Amino acid sequence: MDPLQPKIQFRDPQIEMAHGAGGKASRRLIEGLFAPILFGSRARYLSDAATVEFDGSPVAIATDSFVVKPLRFPGGSIGELAVNGTVNDLAVSGARAEALVVTYVLEAGLETATLEAEVRAMAQAAGRAGVRIVGGDTKVVEHGKADQMYLTTCGIGRPLPGVTLGPDVVRAGDRIILSGPIGDHGITILLARGELELEADLRSDTRSVLPLVEAMTAAAAPGIRWMRDPTRGGVATALNELARDCRLAIHLSEEDVPVNDAVRGACELLGLDPLHIANEGQFLVVVDPGGADAAVDALRRASGGAEARIIGEVRDQPAGAVLASTRYGGSRIVDMLVGDPLPRIC
Amino acid sequence: MKYVDEFRDPEVIRRTAEEIRRFADPGRQYRIMEVCGGHTHAIYRFGLQDLLPANLELIHGPGCPVCVLPMGRIDDGLAVAGQPDVIFAAFGDMMRVPGTRGSPLEHKSRGMDVRVVYSPADALRLAQRNPDKQVLFFAIGFETTAPSTALTLMEARRLKVPNFTVFCNHVTIIPAIRAILDSPDMRLDAFIGPGHVSTVIGCRPYEWIAENEGKPIVISGFEPLDLLQSTLMLLRQLQRGEAKVENQYRRVVPWDGNRAALRAMAEVFELRPYFEWRGMGFISQSALRIRDAYADWDAEKRFSVPAVRVTDPKAAQCGEVLKGVLKPAQCKLFGRECTPEHPIGALMVSSEGSCAAYYNYEHRKAGVVAGSA
Repeated sequence: MDPLQPKIQFRDPQIEMAHGAGGKASRRLIEGLFAPILFGSRARYLSDAATVEFDGSPVAIATDSFVVKPLRFPGGSIGELAVNGTVNDLAVSGARAEALVVTYVLEAGLETATLEAEVRAMAQAAGRAGVRIVGGDTKVVEHGKADQMYLTTCGIGRPLPGVTLGPDVVRAGDRIILSGPIGDHGITILLARGELELEADLRSDTRSVLPLVEAMTAAAAPGIRWMRDPTRGGVATALNELARDCRLAIHLSEEDVPVNDAVRGACELLGLDPLHIANEGQFLVVVDPGGADAAVDALRRASGGAEARIIGEVRDQPAGAVLASTRYGGSRIVDMLVGDPLPRIC
Repeated sequence: MKYVDEFRDPEVIRRTAEEIRRFADPGRQYRIMEVCGGHTHAIYRFGLQDLLPANLELIHGPGCPVCVLPMGRIDDGLAVAGQPDVIFAAFGDMMRVPGTRGSPLEHKSRGMDVRVVYSPADALRLAQRNPDKQVLFFAIGFETTAPSTALTLMEARRLKVPNFTVFCNHVTIIPAIRAILDSPDMRLDAFIGPGHVSTVIGCRPYEWIAENEGKPIVISGFEPLDLLQSTLMLLRQLQRGEAKVENQYRRVVPWDGNRAALRAMAEVFELRPYFEWRGMGFISQSALRIRDAYADWDAEKRFSVPAVRVTDPKAAQCGEVLKGVLKPAQCKLFGRECTPEHPIGALMVSSEGSCAAYYNYEHRKAGVVAGSA
């Protein structure tokens, strides 16, 4: 076979919304089409961040795109997300973001004031996250060919000392830590679209998680095995990817997963599972059993980490699956989300 | 959260489960059908089967309106919506349900204007806000959602909204239960009756199940404690050799139903002579259509509808699973050709369908299916 024309396994005839939703379809696209062509046999664990070496010095690199609608929502905006998103991708790959470049794809007709507000939001978020925005690119497409504005950020970072991460170092017995309550961002966006005529006192959780990651790694670095920010597809999707990559089982204790009342209420009403809802300011950590308490203590002492807790552990069986034990002694499989979460009514 | 937390109290639930285990006669097999898809979903989500004795099997019934909707109806609705300047509005439940050429969501990604609405009234407002568009509300559901469609149609007529129509797929629960009881391979002992449907129709319509068929039925709520209590009430009836209708969900379900809702339904809808149920075939007088007085708002009367018929592949054994003859995983297609992402049979379509619920929550507990993603 021609090595320049590797075979692909992706069979879907066209791209659907689900291929971008972060769940199973996204994974099929990445593993079935991008990876074989772009990475060939070098690909092992696929992620939005990677570490490359220059003259023996490791550099972390990550990219993320933002197409959120509406542009502004309680607790944040697209500009803030674009900075925090890439800073967080780097943080959970074990690196401190140093510099970002940004691409603006703008729809002709976008009001300057709207653009200015987002550029200012980016500058502020970068200041808070301690990262420089060092360059960028602007493209304008015809009116109707984009939805106001899309942003892409790409960042480089310096690896945090003493941190070695990867699904291959995860072992049975390791603990799963969650940094705080889940679902705030996804439900805020769902409600901010105004289509459901539901209101709740909720704000997006968008923030840089780097200070929390740094506080935790300083306290428990050698025991930290894996980190991920559970954005699209939520905690369920992130943990399913881990379970598959490490060929072990993730056992969650459902009652230990922190969920704010407003999110819980909205999920009950809409028939959604908080484990499938997107987050922009939380992260999951796998720590060896000896380091778990130190990691949780460090998170809780740091600003914004008060609700961090152990939500489960890694076990041998059933390999590749995520299980949640309910408060009543029953258990259920927690699957990846297929497509976007949609309210169930009937 | 009020009305939720007290019905999820782990201690009370453990005690109730214990009582069920004590009460169940180990010498016999119990086969109880929960009719409603919401119950199926709750049973899996809360892992309730794990709390029940091994000789008590919950069979998942036909009460998932998305699952039992024939694919041809989806094709018909999407065909109407495919005309220029039409907005297709439906509940989120419908969005991933595949038609022959894809689901509403897939049509959306190809450019159709598809909107998720939370109630039919939202779809009517959408029409009022978009006077240059035609809004088609694709109505689904049992008696739970039919009254809100009826009230919306009454409002549309009162306000003379010209650009709003309903594509009506409302079905009724009693004929489906009758079809299951009439089936020769039926082997059920008792029913957990639907909760939301019964808030509208009340408990009387189930009396024939107890009186003529000799099967106990308990109308149940949706929280873990509701379902366990209902199961216990059924066991008590079976133990005593009784068959009656009981109402566990009294905090919501009035014995005589909701008269205002029933009046609205009678004003707007009439029974169709017959309607096709996916996985069950044609059932007479099992669905609602819009009365002639509301013809201007009836998509089937106002537009030319292709009336597509799509039969499920022969290999899909949805009917047997629905009747409790087969468990989901015993179907030849389960988890191989037929998955929630690519459903072939009715019950894999919605998360309330028994196959999808089983697939999502249960079947990998023992070990993962290699390479599935």
